[in-house]
Amino acid sequence: MRRFSELYQALDATTSTNAKVAAMADFFRGAPPADGAWAVHFLAGRRLKRLVGGARLRRMLVEASDYPEWLVLACYAEVGDLAETVSLLLEPAGADGAALPTLGELVEQVLLPLADCDEAEQGRRVVDWWRRLDRRERFLFTKLLTGALRVGVSQLLVARALAAAFDLPRSVIQQRLMGDWQPSPAFFEALTRPDDGSVEISRPYPFFLASPLDRPTGSLGAPGQWLAEWKWDGIRAQLVRRRGQTFLWSRGEELITPRFPEVEALAERLPDGTVIDGELVGWRDGVLPFAALQRRLGRKRVGPKLLAEVPVRLLAYDCLEIGGRDIRGSAQAVRRATLEDLARRLDGGTDAAGGPLTLSPLIDFTDWDALAAERARARELGVEGLMLKRGDAAYEAGRRRGGWWKWKVDPYAIDAVLIYAQAGHGRRASLFTDYTFAVPDEHGELKPIAKAYSGLTDAEIRELDRWIRRHTLERFGPVRSVPAQQVFEIAFEGIAESSRHKSGLSLRFPRIVRWRRDADAASVDTLADVRRLLTAGRPDPVAAAEDS
Amino acid sequence: MDKTGLVPASGVAPDGIALIELTDSGLYCRAGDFHVDPWRPVANAVITHAHADHARAGSARYLAAAPGCSLLRHRLPGAAVEPVDYGEPRRFGPVTVSLHPAGHVLGSAQVRIEHGGEVWVVSGDFKRQADPTCAPFEVVPADVFITEATFALPVYRWPDTATVAQEVADWWADNARRGVASVLFCYALGKAQRLLAELAPHLDGRPVFTHGAVESINAVYREAGVTLPDTRRVGDGEQDYREALVLAPPGAGGSSWMRRFGEAATGFASGWMLLRGNRRRRGYDRGFVVSDHADWPGLIDTVEATGAARVLTTHGQSDLLARYLAERGVAAAAVATEFEGEGDATLQ
Ligand SMILES: [Zn+2]
Ligand SMILES: [Zn+2]
Repeated sequence: MRRFSELYQALDATTSTNAKVAAMADFFRGAPPADGAWAVHFLAGRRLKRLVGGARLRRMLVEASDYPEWLVLACYAEVGDLAETVSLLLEPAGADGAALPTLGELVEQVLLPLADCDEAEQGRRVVDWWRRLDRRERFLFTKLLTGALRVGVSQLLVARALAAAFDLPRSVIQQRLMGDWQPSPAFFEALTRPDDGSVEISRPYPFFLASPLDRPTGSLGAPGQWLAEWKWDGIRAQLVRRRGQTFLWSRGEELITPRFPEVEALAERLPDGTVIDGELVGWRDGVLPFAALQRRLGRKRVGPKLLAEVPVRLLAYDCLEIGGRDIRGSAQAVRRATLEDLARRLDGGTDAAGGPLTLSPLIDFTDWDALAAERARARELGVEGLMLKRGDAAYEAGRRRGGWWKWKVDPYAIDAVLIYAQAGHGRRASLFTDYTFAVPDEHGELKPIAKAYSGLTDAEIRELDRWIRRHTLERFGPVRSVPAQQVFEIAFEGIAESSRHKSGLSLRFPRIVRWRRDADAASVDTLADVRRLLTAGRPDPVAAAEDS
Repeated sequence: MDKTGLVPASGVAPDGIALIELTDSGLYCRAGDFHVDPWRPVANAVITHAHADHARAGSARYLAAAPGCSLLRHRLPGAAVEPVDYGEPRRFGPVTVSLHPAGHVLGSAQVRIEHGGEVWVVSGDFKRQADPTCAPFEVVPADVFITEATFALPVYRWPDTATVAQEVADWWADNARRGVASVLFCYALGKAQRLLAELAPHLDGRPVFTHGAVESINAVYREAGVTLPDTRRVGDGEQDYREALVLAPPGAGGSSWMRRFGEAATGFASGWMLLRGNRRRRGYDRGFVVSDHADWPGLIDTVEATGAARVLTTHGQSDLLARYLAERGVAAAAVATEFEGEGDATLQ
């Protein structure tokens, strides 16, 4: 448990995502399987079932300390956290030289058996352990006893750390972490065993992410070198068909196949060894508004009624694997041709919308002005704007600039992650409705970038409020900090340099466009991305100015 | 019952009046006609140390411990400051006053006040940990002890200073490896100089960069004979700060002054940093637990060591300390002073 206690300290001492991942990877590399399993359990936010209640623990602390109850409670009020109060208040442990249990032993032989003790025996054992441990270990011990660790890491970061520690693709770890598991040594061994490829037929490719267009279209070169598509207001997904099985992955590398049975059904007709990238949209004779699709989200199983009201399709726009061959290195235009060819073969030349593959259509254009005119229609078409893809671009992993641009109708829109929440005023005083969003700087440290109050539906506000209450890391006055996990698309009217903001930037009239449940915090825009918008100006007027 | 707690049950001065009473101007000794650390201008001010909440401008005459007089003059330019050596008695009418080391900052003093065989001691701010930049705290037996109570909760126990210095050095090394400056915020008077002295073994000849507010106090310390490692004022000449350690007052954080460092790691050295919630709330990357005030064991041990039958508490947790002492059989009460302790400007 000493190593795990040190890991906790390291995670607590940094706000940098990269540093947290590195610290966890270090821990996992040297961890016996039982310790590794419990560490995954706790770091991923799971907790032990409540063994000893808070009031009982406070009584134990009063008994264990040499102080009157009122003084112990004054300490608790000052510190604000019971485990931390315990760790600080009791006399520093004398080095008794006895070996400490490992994390696995601590949980299985010390903590869990407490459930079978009466209160008096619980008190004896807990106080005995408090006395044996030093401050940091005592803190960890008590934290594990009272609930979750809340150290600001998500299952996704744990997966990143495991992937780094055992040299495995993150998606493999993510997949192995899915579903039901018990924190046993066998689980940890299975989680970290080498990837022999054979069993990982579900594996998607890392998504290629577009960057916001930060320059006039005129500077992109000849229009003929570019492919243009609508930027759909849906959910990014990869459809994997291998060995007769179908796997649908969200951009957050979450396996969402069971939520979209109609997509799974259509995919049965895809040949083995096919991976398609596209956008999930509500579809009935055309794209349904995002609000309709939202009714399908957040439900693990959909009933027949909803399935009939909001059928969903994958609008395909890229082909990453064909005939079992990874073709991400081929040019965009070649991959597009492959995709269209596949669609033709499948539906025998009939209307593409009737076949298993619905293509996201290309927009014909011969000059940038014409394309800008198309883009102006985006709102009435219910799309977010345009995607520009360079014809010779490979399908990169993650966010690489230059190959794919998103040219949204909103001049400024970014994906940012929620870090703080505060209760609103008046009617909403009982709900957390004022949010602070952040983006990572070049070291992966989150920098607050915008506060926004509006843009979510009442149902979303209530849901987010519940999530915030369950996931509060720290309270300072009316403000709560939460793990950086919920991603939101934030639109704003302008951007300026500002020395008063920690990010160095201030955004004008930021508002929430949408709760991006499909995205994970690792894929939000970076501070550098946002900074570039400074110099970009609004794409439209710049382009217009150049033309005049 | 007297609300100030200053009218004693025992320990009454010969003429029937408490030796020290609380007036609008602060702690006042009527028999000797002087104030200790007054917060309004008075005729005679006996000053425990140069921090702003204890040394205020406008009084006619100041008496202070000799090692702290240059600091006091620096803080209160033009003030009439009379130095007195530690332990050397001074007469104020029938009252004898002497100053004794408090171990808080350079020249900090406890005020011993004797009248008709009764001794009162005002601690000012004090700490019991060793500090290479000032004389160590001296236990002064007293009938009545007026103590500070900034960190009077048993959760406050300071770690060993050398350990914290090592933590700072490790943090600095880490940041330097990443090519970013380490900006360590701390109070400019006292804390900064103590940190410099404690960090000396880790410097290997490298200078420490300082904010102007820190550097001007450094100069006063050096003139008073305190050895500090090599420092350089930020902004003097062209500098590359990417691997630098910088000491700056908390007020410099978030100002345009910070811009020159580009991306920088920030730390804060304060007793408050013992609590995780404070570390988070302040928004610094790291908190280092270093305080120039006594921790809980330091306060309790000191109160005991003075042998005082009555204890009056000031600063911060004065009510809690008074209640705790009262339950242990010491006549104790809290006094409502305007001293702020390490809380000043730390936590809004
Ligand atoms: Zn002070
Ligand atoms: Zn003070």
